[in-house]
Amino acid sequence: MNKLNNKHLLGIKNLNYDEIDLIFNTADKFKEVLTRPIKKVPSLRHITVANIFFENSTRTKLSFELAEKRLSAEILNFSSLGSSIKKGESLLDTIKNILVMKVDIMVIRHSSPGVPQFIANNVNASVINAGDGTHEHPTQALLDAYSIKEKLGNIKNKKITIIGDIIHSRVAISNILILKKLGAKVMVCGPKTLIPKYISSLDVIVENNIKKALKWADVANVLRVQLERQKEKYFPSLREYSLYFGINNKLLKSLQKDLIIMHPGPINRGIEISSDVADSSSSIILNQVENGVAIRMAILYLLSHNIK
Amino acid sequence: MLKRLLFNSKNLNVTVKRLCNQLIENHNYFEKSVIIGLQPRGIFFAQRIINEIEKQISKKIKKGYLDTTFYRDDYRNNKKELDAKETTIPFSLDEKNVIIVDDVLFTGRTVRSAMEGIINFGRPNRIELLVLIDRKFNREIPIQATYIGKSVNTVESQKILVNLKEQGHENDKIWLIKN
Repeated sequence: MNKLNNKHLLGIKNLNYDEIDLIFNTADKFKEVLTRPIKKVPSLRHITVANIFFENSTRTKLSFELAEKRLSAEILNFSSLGSSIKKGESLLDTIKNILVMKVDIMVIRHSSPGVPQFIANNVNASVINAGDGTHEHPTQALLDAYSIKEKLGNIKNKKITIIGDIIHSRVAISNILILKKLGAKVMVCGPKTLIPKYISSLDVIVENNIKKALKWADVANVLRVQLERQKEKYFPSLREYSLYFGINNKLLKSLQKDLIIMHPGPINRGIEISSDVADSSSSIILNQVENGVAIRMAILYLLSHNIK
Repeated sequence: MLKRLLFNSKNLNVTVKRLCNQLIENHNYFEKSVIIGLQPRGIFFAQRIINEIEKQISKKIKKGYLDTTFYRDDYRNNKKELDAKETTIPFSLDEKNVIIVDDVLFTGRTVRSAMEGIINFGRPNRIELLVLIDRKFNREIPIQATYIGKSVNTVESQKILVNLKEQGHENDKIWLIKN
């Protein structure tokens, strides 16, 4: 196995085990590149990549941009704020206008699920989903799984609990899909209102007690409460959420075991996770960000193979 | 399929010794010299050279492996393998004399990309190239080796098959294969 089957990366659901393994192996090599005095290779010298962000982003956008620069690609950055979207230009018109500027790869984030798929169906470029609404966030899931593998050696039979706002989280869906494909045992934990009704059809365990979930797990991936997607109240108050589902040092100490703490960012300190936990030695939150660049380099590199 | 044996264990040994003597002559005790084997197959031959030199000068020399995949100019033509192998150069190449070692010099494109890779680890004083087989009439870019095991006249369709013990073969055998 030395190439990806598709020209797009739209979701984890389209990747098989061998493709994930290829991405991880390639990312290993790029991690080494990132330790060199000159952290740049010329692999994407003739490739133009457009980063098209219709939704806010810090990590994903910077990480993609850095990955592209480290691979020597030409970069075009677009964010909907300040663009002609505000003048009423449609999504497809915007994309087609960007495309005639000879763009080879489009990295797209949008608040509506399915936008990357829609664009992939309508344009010639390779499309990478950088998060579409509450649907998927494949590069985040790849870097999360890669970080777990790096820390624990392998993922098969490891117990991973995803905690918090599952219903609004594309990270949760993509993580569940990739972890199941890699043979992990997955649990979701959060208030009943924030867990989708049919989540167990993805073969995950559902738990509403945070202490039980943490006792069971080797790894806890803590999600942000996505207030911007909550048009109605899902729990009485942030204070109450924090009391019942927030992770703090006292809770971790009471477990009397080692646990790896992850968070895809941005962190709401003091709500889903306390500062002492986020900054503790069991947290691999910053390793995730570091691995994100290598993983995105691997994906861009592997997808660019199809571009003539 | 016609095959011609270019090297067996015995004459390979003689050639390796000769190449090592040439290296020692030019690099003395390797104080500022390092050997970089090229992935995937050059590393086996590089290790053979390193073992012989270390035996002769009775000290360890600096070595590394370089994978040139990310520096190639032909990786998008679907012919080359995409999966890169390991690169290990745990030291700066600033002001070093770098000896690139590969088994076969063919078009010169691998060596070109290797030189591009090497300058990412510092600015060497000098870069040299040692190859076991030089297919001298197949060059696509003006690159030549500093040390050559054997020069052979080949056409593009022919192949060189390198079987070394280190790669799991019973005996060292290097063939020229004519289709």
